[in-house]
Amino acid sequence: MSALLQLEDLSVHFPKKRGLFSKSHEVLRAVDGVSLEIQRGEILGLVGESGCGKTTLTRAIMQLQPITAGRIQLEGRDLSHLTATELRLARLNFQMVFQDPYASLNPRLTIFSALAESITARTGPLEYEDIKQRVAALMERVGLSPSAALKYPHEFSGGQRQRIAIARALGPEPRLLLADEPVSALDVSIQSQIINLLLQLRCDLSLTMLFISHDLGVVRFIADRVAVMQNGKIVETGHTENVMDAPQHEYTRALLAAAPGLRRTASL
Amino acid sequence: MPLLDVQNLRVAFHTRNGVVRAVTGVSLSVEKGQTVGIVGESGSGKSVTCYSMLGLIPMPPGRIEGGTANFDGVDLLKMSRAELRAIRGRRISMIFQDPMTSLNPYMRVGDQVMEPLRIHEGLCKAEALPKAIAALAEVGIKNPEERVRQYPHEFSGGMRQRVMIAMSMITRPELLIADEPTTALDVTIQKQVLDLIKERQRALGSAVILITHDLAVVSEVCDYVNVMYAGRLVESAPVGELFRNPRHAYTRSLMRSIPALQPKGGTLYTIPGMPPDLAKLGPGCAFRVRNAENGYLCLTDRDPEIIEIAPGHRVQNCPGCLERGNA
Repeated sequence: MSALLQLEDLSVHFPKKRGLFSKSHEVLRAVDGVSLEIQRGEILGLVGESGCGKTTLTRAIMQLQPITAGRIQLEGRDLSHLTATELRLARLNFQMVFQDPYASLNPRLTIFSALAESITARTGPLEYEDIKQRVAALMERVGLSPSAALKYPHEFSGGQRQRIAIARALGPEPRLLLADEPVSALDVSIQSQIINLLLQLRCDLSLTMLFISHDLGVVRFIADRVAVMQNGKIVETGHTENVMDAPQHEYTRALLAAAPGLRRTASL
Repeated sequence: MPLLDVQNLRVAFHTRNGVVRAVTGVSLSVEKGQTVGIVGESGSGKSVTCYSMLGLIPMPPGRIEGGTANFDGVDLLKMSRAELRAIRGRRISMIFQDPMTSLNPYMRVGDQVMEPLRIHEGLCKAEALPKAIAALAEVGIKNPEERVRQYPHEFSGGMRQRVMIAMSMITRPELLIADEPTTALDVTIQKQVLDLIKERQRALGSAVILITHDLAVVSEVCDYVNVMYAGRLVESAPVGELFRNPRHAYTRSLMRSIPALQPKGGTLYTIPGMPPDLAKLGPGCAFRVRNAENGYLCLTDRDPEIIEIAPGHRVQNCPGCLERGNA
């Protein structure tokens, strides 16, 4: 089986700014030689502290960030040398779900408009009845009642908004869902609903997912494989159980040791 | 005598959409040197409980409708503003969730850290500065002599939270209220900040109230835990007892929905429904509609009372939520 997404030696460097007029040749290696593979239907957990390059890596995959070196391949196709139109189409294959469902939805669009926009991004203009049907199907898929389609984001709770954000991400039928801390801003009881929804979607749509989180408990529960990132480099990858139970790298051990209560409450 | 003894605290917000009963009949106590956790979801009233004692809720629309909060024998709720001001930041201090917004961006860090000393102990700048430097050194900030002249934006998130801790502990408070002090931080920084709070607490003998929604953090640092739901305390117990023997359906549901505690592969337990609207709360058990265990037995006509079910273990006595017999 071939990988859905393949990163080969990917690097993203930023020039370090010094003063206003001084030129500096120092670079900040935000992503430094990352090689990763995501198989079809797999959930890959990406863990690491803020500033380790997780976000830059996702931006590079999303083609929102020019890369310095390396290759990004989707289903064997190199994405680094595409024309603008090809790029726009290629981007539909990746969709993101962000941390803050309050900030990531346009407050002036009804749920219907937001979802219709995401659906027609791939299909092009559609008949109204057709769109209506697809929006309803999408809303049902994420556990929302289609009757709420004409409401605005502020009329929903945090958990429901995250469901809307997930529905919007599913609109263009992406190959890969990039979920950047999708449950960190949610309460425990709502967090479990969203985790269940993501697992359900994986089953129903055989969705591939890159799941970024700093909560090791959540990652352990949801991810098939884990990649641990530090200072722009992947320091350890492997099956979730192997990494969590027998971490090889120093930094993974430090992360696990810092996670509150994981071991203690689990053994109670 | 406990350091802080809250009895039957009731706080309501009178809004256009009706009276929101944010805190209803909360009683809790904190012993000297103890770490007490208040756990609950957003809107369960955990922050309002603490803020109202210190006169930090906006009034109006907020109103303290009843109860007492005896701190060292004096009722905080009956104090004048001036008396409260003399206690806040000196004998009781607070750490807030977001270290990005709780420091003044226009003030040098040193000035902010020494402010409590200048206000409460009347020290002049020259007297307070060495103490501020020492306080920053104690919370693990390197080069404190230079760092005091810097502004908050020159510090990272974890370092800012350290500054907050230095500032709140500089007057050696008897009680520290930490409102989600680590929610915005990374796991490793979170651990450092929690360890630091523990360490300062031991050094000064302060008591700590830790407000959080993270049961894992609570299990690690607290001696005693209060679980809040819909403005009420549903269960309170020593930490080991609560995790080993949760008696209220809500506490059990919370624990079942934490991914870290569940075996992989299955679906997570989710609490059905939504937290109730506190403006439309009728009498009876507030957890009734979401109780999947045997909600049909929940009280509908009167509010459940708190009973002491085991030594130190208090729980809302609602037949539908309470697990009978031996757990």
